[in-house]
Amino acid sequence: MNALNVKTVADYTAQGTKPDILFWVGCAGSFDDRAKKITKAIVKILNHVDIKYAVLGAEESCTGDPAKRAGNEFLFQMQAMSNIAILNGYEVKKIVTACPHCFNTLKNEYPELGGHYEVIHHTQLLQELIDSGKLKVEGGTFKGKKITFHDPCYLGRANGEYLAPRAVIEKLDVELVEMKRCKTNGLCCGAGGAQMFKEAEKGTKEVNIERTEDVLESKATIVAAGCPFCNTMLTDGLKHYNKQDEIQVMDIAEMIAQAADL
Amino acid sequence: MLTYISNIIFIALLSTAVYFFTKNIKKIIRNINLGQDQDLTDNKVQRWGIMARVAMGQSKMITRPVAGIMHLFVYVGFILINIEVLEIIIDGILGTHRILSFMGGFYNFLIGFFEVLALLVLVGVIVFWARRNVVKLKRFTATEMKGWAVTDANNILYIEIVLMTAVLMMNGADHALQLANYPHYTQAGSFPISSVLFGWLQGMNPTTLMVIERACWWLHIIGIFLFLNYLPISKHLHILLAFPNVWYSNLAAKGKFKNNPDITREVNLMLNPSATIDPNAAPPKFGAKDVNDLSWIQLLNAYSCTECGRCTSNCPANQTGKLLSPRKIMMDTRDRMEEVGKNIDTKGVDFNDGKALVGNYITAEELWACTSCNACVESCPINIDPLSIIMDLRQYLVLEKSEAPQSLNSMFTNIENNGAPWQYSQADRLKWANE
Repeated sequence: MNALNVKTVADYTAQGTKPDILFWVGCAGSFDDRAKKITKAIVKILNHVDIKYAVLGAEESCTGDPAKRAGNEFLFQMQAMSNIAILNGYEVKKIVTACPHCFNTLKNEYPELGGHYEVIHHTQLLQELIDSGKLKVEGGTFKGKKITFHDPCYLGRANGEYLAPRAVIEKLDVELVEMKRCKTNGLCCGAGGAQMFKEAEKGTKEVNIERTEDVLESKATIVAAGCPFCNTMLTDGLKHYNKQDEIQVMDIAEMIAQAADL
Repeated sequence: MLTYISNIIFIALLSTAVYFFTKNIKKIIRNINLGQDQDLTDNKVQRWGIMARVAMGQSKMITRPVAGIMHLFVYVGFILINIEVLEIIIDGILGTHRILSFMGGFYNFLIGFFEVLALLVLVGVIVFWARRNVVKLKRFTATEMKGWAVTDANNILYIEIVLMTAVLMMNGADHALQLANYPHYTQAGSFPISSVLFGWLQGMNPTTLMVIERACWWLHIIGIFLFLNYLPISKHLHILLAFPNVWYSNLAAKGKFKNNPDITREVNLMLNPSATIDPNAAPPKFGAKDVNDLSWIQLLNAYSCTECGRCTSNCPANQTGKLLSPRKIMMDTRDRMEEVGKNIDTKGVDFNDGKALVGNYITAEELWACTSCNACVESCPINIDPLSIIMDLRQYLVLEKSEAPQSLNSMFTNIENNGAPWQYSQADRLKWANE
């Protein structure tokens, strides 16, 4: 067992049981230093509320989202088919993930290829846990702070989820302020569609700089994110304006874990 | 014979207008059918609901209030004033004057109501003209808004100004003749707008008034016939195609991009060694190179686009100075479709002009700037999906031409070799739990 007490689905299977929910960590959550902190925050919350969850560990592989959006449908379907074989082999029914790209792909594009799961974003799980009383949070250090939420495209417009992340943030007794472009009208951070993995085309500005200007205009001191890629883009944007010490980029899971003193 | 001359001329004009319109619409339908099949006839109840809300109810127009309200004026005016056009057509065929006036008080109310609508249409159209030509809103002066796109947009506005002015002036002259108890001009209708705007006609020589009234009547109806035949070459075609276009909307989550079934077949063959290849199966298609590789709904989208540019003005790539403009994607698709259609008409179905949508119209640089954020899809008032075209063209670039940017090829290699877009070992995926 590892330091954080994280079990794999294989661990459960070895004991002849199954987890209730699979935590799909995603590539960013597994390897990116910043995103790993989000992963750990989620694990702390999951351990705290005593959910029977597991990860795939070394059996997890990229969902294929960046390949598909970059035009490599072949590679996407190869990834999807092998992931589905593993997920179905373990009879996975429910998946939670902190990456809206994994969330969207698993939820919308896997069913046609044989992968049928109930897929939720971690902010939806957090809302559920708080609403059902399993997780109790108070504002703590966040109380009264001006916080804005950046809608990830693949959670918001792509899947119509605008409320869950906001509902969770509001539990922290904060002043939730909206950027001028939010919800259906939210502006992309610039990472989607495989842009994360390439240089931007020639233009007058980077998309994340444009979005960071919305953040600055909102006067928030924390910008809440729900996607590891948005997190990176906004962090870079704030560094560009030398505002990294005044404005923090935090995933909602990190805020909840911190507020719940986990 | 001479007494029926105007009826005959009218019927001849009406038939000619309908004949050419039908002919050109058939060509458009043929062009749309150049696209690949896609079944979009599921969930009919939901589709009628979306059409009622988004197309008829204009629910997405109102997100930009000024344009939304002005468009509502023009839209409602267009739909309702057509009731009066019906009367004009019957009058034209039968040689009658205001044949529906037997409805009495209700008729008077209708005519008065139409006058108010006509005025509102004029207001809307003038505001639209000013936004394009005086205020010069950014989305109307963007790079693809040149040549025919600009001329066409203004033509539509000028035609509408002429049509509405003709109706009001006709009513003004009619009213003046009615006040003079001139024979044939029975007391009918109420004229709250034209009696003010064209009050100066009152008391004029009845013969002059009759000439004005008849001239405006003919100008209005001939204008409508010409406008009808202008639609097939204009972005104004949206007044007809917006409705089916919305009915056939994508009902799935916007994040769900279609899985290429040809590739599913190939992948299954690779993963299942005992599978056999069907010798009669069509060769697999990877993405779209030209309009006939797109699906028919993407082509209907292109014909329905009215080039309002909301997609482009909300596009993060476009806002930050990149070449990509979702509106241009739609305009290019339509232009290429028209070109392919003309080739079929003049040079036969098998003629190949050696051109394609990718390369000759849309460049790789445009396609690679897309973040797939769905802002364009969200902002389209009639649910056009430029993103699906961008993705199909990207798939062609990568799988048929192997022309992905080098950094993306590295990302592909990483996913293939170690299951992540970066160079980390798959065995290390749980390392964070010990850090």
